[in-house]
Amino acid sequence: MRHFRETLYRWIFTVLAFASLLFLTGIVLTLFRESLPFLVSHDFFDTVFGLYWYPTYDPADFGMLPLITASFVVTLGAMVVCIPVGVGTALFLHELASASQRAVLKPLIEILAGIPSIIYGFFGMIIVAPFIQNLLGVPTGLNAFTASLILGIMATPTVASLAEDALSFVPRSFREASLALGANRWQTLTRVVVPAAGSGISTAIILGIGRAVGETMVVLMVAGGAAVIPDSIFDPVRPMTATIAAEMGETVMGSAHYSAIFTIGLILFFITLAINIVAEIISRRFRLKLGLGR
Amino acid sequence: MDHDVKISALNVNFYYGKTLTLKNISLDILQKKVTALIGPSGCGKSTFIRLLNRMNDLIPGARVEGQILLDGLDIYHPRTDVVSLRRRVGMVFQKPNPFPKSIFDNLAYGLTISGMRDKRFIEHKVIDSLKKAALYNEVKDRLHDNALMLSGGQQQRLCIARCLVVEPEVILFDEPAASLDPISTRKIEELILELKDEYTIVIVTHNMQQAARVSDFTAFMYLGELVEYGDTERIFTVPKEKMTEEYLSGKFG
Repeated sequence: MRHFRETLYRWIFTVLAFASLLFLTGIVLTLFRESLPFLVSHDFFDTVFGLYWYPTYDPADFGMLPLITASFVVTLGAMVVCIPVGVGTALFLHELASASQRAVLKPLIEILAGIPSIIYGFFGMIIVAPFIQNLLGVPTGLNAFTASLILGIMATPTVASLAEDALSFVPRSFREASLALGANRWQTLTRVVVPAAGSGISTAIILGIGRAVGETMVVLMVAGGAAVIPDSIFDPVRPMTATIAAEMGETVMGSAHYSAIFTIGLILFFITLAINIVAEIISRRFRLKLGLGR
Repeated sequence: MDHDVKISALNVNFYYGKTLTLKNISLDILQKKVTALIGPSGCGKSTFIRLLNRMNDLIPGARVEGQILLDGLDIYHPRTDVVSLRRRVGMVFQKPNPFPKSIFDNLAYGLTISGMRDKRFIEHKVIDSLKKAALYNEVKDRLHDNALMLSGGQQQRLCIARCLVVEPEVILFDEPAASLDPISTRKIEELILELKDEYTIVIVTHNMQQAARVSDFTAFMYLGELVEYGDTERIFTVPKEKMTEEYLSGKFG
């Protein structure tokens, strides 16, 4: 009887563990199947580098470059915000913060990470966008700049807490060795601790970027929604995720537009996959570098 | 003991939070000799050695009473510069701790942090220190490989070389062979014997035979107190204290 139970539990947990694999396969297959009609009937390179996204015109244009550019610009802008703020926060927490400051800051950062993205979008739309519009005198506050800002703030907790982890993984013995040689705290931090945590910090940044690339609600609400290649960062844009969210409900199932939207999804999937693979490779190298084995 | 005193501890107490972990330690460490600190685990020997270069400053809630003088300089005086103290008193740790950098950069670090830019001088100093640490021949073709690729014994000799680069006067060894195999241990011990011509050496070990092999003077500590201190040969042959004798003969520890 006991033997039977053990076998049963074993099977239950095996099935549960492989469920995520099943979901992944299902998602990838669906993406491929639904975008296949589009990929067969349209030239892939013409699509990716096409300048005009007019999916409802006759004949329709499915140039995705404005969408890809928008995602790229907004993500880049988010990096400009989240890298300095996130890494700076991590360094502060690790090196300078007193125990009581840390006790306040760390939970706050986690709360920031837990806020639903629609709240960020709301905040961006109601507070930040009008503020930016008035401050800079641009035609609309709903633009790539505001989206970058909000996305950057959103990705900051991810970067900060993962970078702080990376710093705390640096063995204390490295710090001791450096200090024992007569290095001061600053030298120890910049020349020993940060380089040793370097790939961990890069992983933190990459995962933060991944968060910004895939984020939908914020860009849908504050990026402005114009599917045109922007002339400046203060132009409204329509990133890939926002396009999918905005247009999916309006399109006819099985149409070229429908299939094109799945193609966007497929491209997005491969971009985030690439980001995750790069993060994994870097963090593996990081562990090797610190002599922690596999 | 009619030699020059290098380091002198006077009535040193050390508190870790509220616990008194070193009790009234007074001890003279002589110039260009090897002084071994022995005793069972938890006796305070590592704590004591880490006072000599103020490594215990890093521990929150640590407090020192009494005086430790290095050539007459009170190392715990508020105006004493910790950085220059640590340049004079180098340290080799229990576990080899090379930086995750190249062999060359590990050694160059001690020089570049003090603002040395002269590449020729750095290279000369790096090679010279590797030779002194009896490591040069094993690594001369791969100075720019990552130091973590070396074996444990080689890493420990690299740490010794890294310490020599900054030309300290005193070298503290905190159980330097505790994680090494017998052959590597022997190399480290031979190295210590060579280095004592130029440096004052303090070594913590819980290996009594090692203390007997490498040291000129031995201090036996027990539960935070200094039980007996003197000539290594004398301590090992005719200990004055009963406790020392019992420890050395393996009755406890």
